Amino acid sequence: MNFFDETSPDRINETLMRFLYGRILLREELPFSDEELRDSAAVRSAGVLRVNGRFVCNRCENNEQQLFASFSCFRCKRESCHYCRHCIMMGRVSECSELFEASSEHETWPVHNSSLSWEGTLSPWQAKGSEAILDAIDKKGELLIWAVCGAGKTEILFRGIEKALTLGERICIATPRTDVVLELAPRIKDVFPEVKVSALYGGSEEKDCPGQIIISTTHQLYRFKQAFNTVIVDEVDAFPYSYEQTLQNAVKKAARTNALFIYLTATPDKKLKKRAETGKLQHVKIPRRFHGRPLPVPKFKSSWNWHKELKKGKLPKPILNWLRTLQETDRSGFLFIPSIKLLETFLPSIQNIFPSAESVHSEDPNRKEKVLRFRNKEIKLLVTTTILERGVTVPKLDVAVLGAEEDIFTESALVQIAGRAGRKADDTNGSVTFFHHVKSEAMNRAVRQINLMNKEGGK
Amino acid sequence: MSRCLYCFTPYAFPLSWESLFNLHTDNGLCEECSEKLEEINGDICEMCGRPFSLFPEQYRQENTCNDCVRWESDIVWTGILAGNRSLYVYNPFMQEMLSKYKYRGDAELAKVFYNTARKMYKKEFQKHILVPIPLSEERHLERGFNQSLLIAEGMGPVHNVLIRTSHEQKQSKKNRAERMNMENKPFEAVEDVSGKKVLLIDDVYTTGSTIRQAAKTLRDAGASSVSSLTLAR
Repeated sequence: MNFFDETSPDRINETLMRFLYGRILLREELPFSDEELRDSAAVRSAGVLRVNGRFVCNRCENNEQQLFASFSCFRCKRESCHYCRHCIMMGRVSECSELFEASSEHETWPVHNSSLSWEGTLSPWQAKGSEAILDAIDKKGELLIWAVCGAGKTEILFRGIEKALTLGERICIATPRTDVVLELAPRIKDVFPEVKVSALYGGSEEKDCPGQIIISTTHQLYRFKQAFNTVIVDEVDAFPYSYEQTLQNAVKKAARTNALFIYLTATPDKKLKKRAETGKLQHVKIPRRFHGRPLPVPKFKSSWNWHKELKKGKLPKPILNWLRTLQETDRSGFLFIPSIKLLETFLPSIQNIFPSAESVHSEDPNRKEKVLRFRNKEIKLLVTTTILERGVTVPKLDVAVLGAEEDIFTESALVQIAGRAGRKADDTNGSVTFFHHVKSEAMNRAVRQINLMNKEGGK
Repeated sequence: MSRCLYCFTPYAFPLSWESLFNLHTDNGLCEECSEKLEEINGDICEMCGRPFSLFPEQYRQENTCNDCVRWESDIVWTGILAGNRSLYVYNPFMQEMLSKYKYRGDAELAKVFYNTARKMYKKEFQKHILVPIPLSEERHLERGFNQSLLIAEGMGPVHNVLIRTSHEQKQSKKNRAERMNMENKPFEAVEDVSGKKVLLIDDVYTTGSTIRQAAKTLRDAGASSVSSLTLAR
């Protein structure tokens, strides 16, 4: 047999295993024949298991019985073939589906020495975070990076990733939202030009043979098993990760035994905070932005009965004043309101006095395009629900919240919203205003947290 | 508390006069998802059931839309299909719903349509036998179920009269002349339907060519009349 024959069984097995290492995939997701799979070292298992009479999805580990349904299956001819509805958007896993996986025990990744190609410098606070990560790469376990909005989280990761690569390790950065994957992937590719970096999200085209560094939505981790030495979970407190047990399990499942978990957030939830403060979770705080200026502190402005006035089709006076002031400057504005319904009733009256205002919300089909136009300053005022609270950076920006006391504006949502202002080094003074009928505890706590960070950062 | 069949959010349907007198048809969806479905009612093309409110006046001739006028003026197709009725407008939400149902394979979503489809069946198509549009063996294996059969089963006893003779080609890849062409018949009748009134069941009525091809096969097999019901139009 020719050693270089691409079709030799050994070569096929190697290609197949490379394809499968660290993953758990449906038969339909594997571009190999039945014979090739049979002759390979891939391990197969049933899609849905019955454990003590209860169904468990072998891919997403969902065990909530309400989320299993059945149908008369043309494939296995069973009258009721059960399937998991929880992860159905990634293709159906049913009782007669086969899942394939390959133990990553024998898998090796290239060792890269000094692979980081980055000319920038870290701020003293960023350097502190970077050191903590370098240390953790050796020790493994868990590390919380509690960094204010605009701290420059991405740069903090660079040295750590570089070090992991010198050990031939595999790294994943998981984030709840596709937007962030799309923003982050090109930056990581830029600074690690020799390393194979893949971006994974619903509809991504880099799903086959993913690389040594994976930038992924948390959902895509359902398809991984025992793959990573380091998993970096971005926005660890954000929906849906923090609310969904199966996503948290997916992160654990995607990691190898003895892996490092790094959690990034500006607003850790109670549980994380408590674990950090009692010393159970190793953590490092970055209370200052990369440009060294403190965070803008929100101002409270009373707007009595704003709800009633909006219903009458009137703009509350304090908001009107805020809009007029914005109009006279060359600054952009972000106005947050509590619901999509309010957004629809409210926008026409704003556009009356502010023709270039636009609205955007999570279900808006033109969302991407509007955000881009806002970034390019073609839209001066963007009225929005909470969806854009994270991740959007626009220069010369003022931020306001109408109805800041509403339940949807939690402490962390308000901190994130306030964190949109003053991000750029040449404009560190954006204003943040909370318009309210009454003050909520979340509003007070958000301001307290911002003040505390400013104080710690000033030391 | 049940969960919304589509978005899984727990919900309780608000008690109203409509629900007390059973005027509201339960579709297993929460209020928010329910609102995104647009039921077809009011002024419709009497042939294909498309709502006139959704397209310009110049595309209609009295009570029929131009597309149907064209079909009916072609002697091969005159009188083949008695008429079509669809439950919902094929809006972006309905597109998402049907794509999750068909392509992701979430068979459970068929239940969203059972009650409304049954109601329409009783009201408009009494004494019709139910015949679902079949899938080819290959497509059926790939999906695990036939989306039209599943809907039909929720409405009453099903007669699997039709089979596919060739593998489905994407309708969207053919032009109008190709779609109206009768050269290669995609269906075959495997049961006698002499003198029977047939109601075809399919998920979407787009150009009407699949439905008409099936209707023609059934008429050739002796059916006295063929109508159709689809989820979306």
